[in-house]
Amino acid sequence: MAIRIHIPTPMRQHTENQAVVDVGGTTVQGALEDLGRKFPAVTQRIFENGQVRRFVNVYLNDEDIRYLENLATAVKDGDELSIIPAVAGG
Amino acid sequence: MSIDLVRGLKCRLCGKHYGKEALNFCTEDFGPLEVDYDYAAIKEALNRTKIELRPNNMWRFRELLPLDGEATVGSQVGGTPLVRADRLAVALGVEQLWIKNDAVNFPTLSFKDRVVSVALSKAREFGFRTVGCASTGNLANSVAANAAAAGLESYIFVPSDLERSKILGTSVYGAHVIGVAGTYDEVNRLCTQVAFKYGWGFVNINLRPFYAEGSKTLGYEIAEQLGWRTPQHVVVPMAGGSLIGKIQKAFQELATVGLIDDPACKIHGAQATGCSPITSAVKSGAETHRPVRKPNTIAKSLAIGDPADGYFAIKVIRGSGGWAEDVSDAEVAEGMLLLARTEGIFAETAGGVTVAVARKLIQQGRIPANEEVVLCITGNGLKTQEAVADCVERPALIKPSLEEFEILVEEARETAFA
Repeated sequence: MAIRIHIPTPMRQHTENQAVVDVGGTTVQGALEDLGRKFPAVTQRIFENGQVRRFVNVYLNDEDIRYLENLATAVKDGDELSIIPAVAGG
Repeated sequence: MSIDLVRGLKCRLCGKHYGKEALNFCTEDFGPLEVDYDYAAIKEALNRTKIELRPNNMWRFRELLPLDGEATVGSQVGGTPLVRADRLAVALGVEQLWIKNDAVNFPTLSFKDRVVSVALSKAREFGFRTVGCASTGNLANSVAANAAAAGLESYIFVPSDLERSKILGTSVYGAHVIGVAGTYDEVNRLCTQVAFKYGWGFVNINLRPFYAEGSKTLGYEIAEQLGWRTPQHVVVPMAGGSLIGKIQKAFQELATVGLIDDPACKIHGAQATGCSPITSAVKSGAETHRPVRKPNTIAKSLAIGDPADGYFAIKVIRGSGGWAEDVSDAEVAEGMLLLARTEGIFAETAGGVTVAVARKLIQQGRIPANEEVVLCITGNGLKTQEAVADCVERPALIKPSLEEFEILVEEARETAFA
């Protein structure tokens, strides 16, 4: 078991075209950092000054992490994280 | 068009250039993409007389819209009335007031026909056969109707608790309507995944840079209808926060291409208190909004808890010297009735928000009584009748008898003078 991260289509050029990447970690931050270790080009696109970029949304099992404890939110094996562009709708 | 007036797309954060493609965000920093125009060429191509000789619809400003060819969808959208609203002005305590009335926009009675005609014309240029949207209602109506007229298949995603008339007014056009058990923001997230997985043209997702430009025509029309100038104040309802920025952009572009003098318009934003991420940020001095997990207001067309353009809307309001306010559901219904009973305009709940917020801003002195105001009314009250159903009097019921009518009139007079 691991934590599964869903990668948005236009970002898969940085994950060798993988739509889903399995990572380890105990927090959302740890999981995303592990993704960055596997695919270094991803890190700078998700993070800016240690925070998730303004127009990137991260969901843990369909809940926006801003309604949880942001990057410090705990994760466990079997959880699913989704990275989704925020610039949509309205 | 002989000269290409559109260079492509550009990231609003890092400035990276992209070609004309169905993509809404920068692959470097996820920043929003925006259409990049050649304003020098547009200035050469456009003047007031040329515009005034064209049919009265939004396409008279076609050089400032991002199509390669003529509009093939919604070629008669826009050109709605700017109504001098003297009776409402008296009620609100201001001297000069106008209503920009997109409640009668064609074909689906909201400003969304403006954005959809651009988005679907562009979708055709890109060769999409299937289109869609995430919607709080008005956009659903517009995409469904305009897609039907264009012979495109459409998938419309809405929160399942939407007003019945807005769902009916979508299904009637033969669209695939999907009610999603969740908030608008959850609908929106699902649509982002669907758009890129299926490769469809979602007007407010992958076609969003083009789509959003259609809103500028509301601003162009206001300026032209006032005699090629901007008002001192404009009050704009906010959901995703895109329209308010596009109205400011419209005024600035008209100045850039030499059609008006430099605009000095204070731009005010309006929300319902039950979903007020943008007005809360403006009032608290925050740089960006805090998303609202569970919006709770009768103004469902504005119920976007995590507005995509919230950050930019806050900057537009502050930069223009405007302000932002929000109002309760009771005030929304009052605003709808006031507009209906002073000007004969039945606006949807968002219009009630705009009128009630204008009243608040006038009372606060942020809009001085002797300055000019334009209120943007963006949708039609026939779509949200539930909101005022309990506030309006039931019709009197009598037999077809003159005697009964005279009793009724007598009673009414007694009540009036009681």
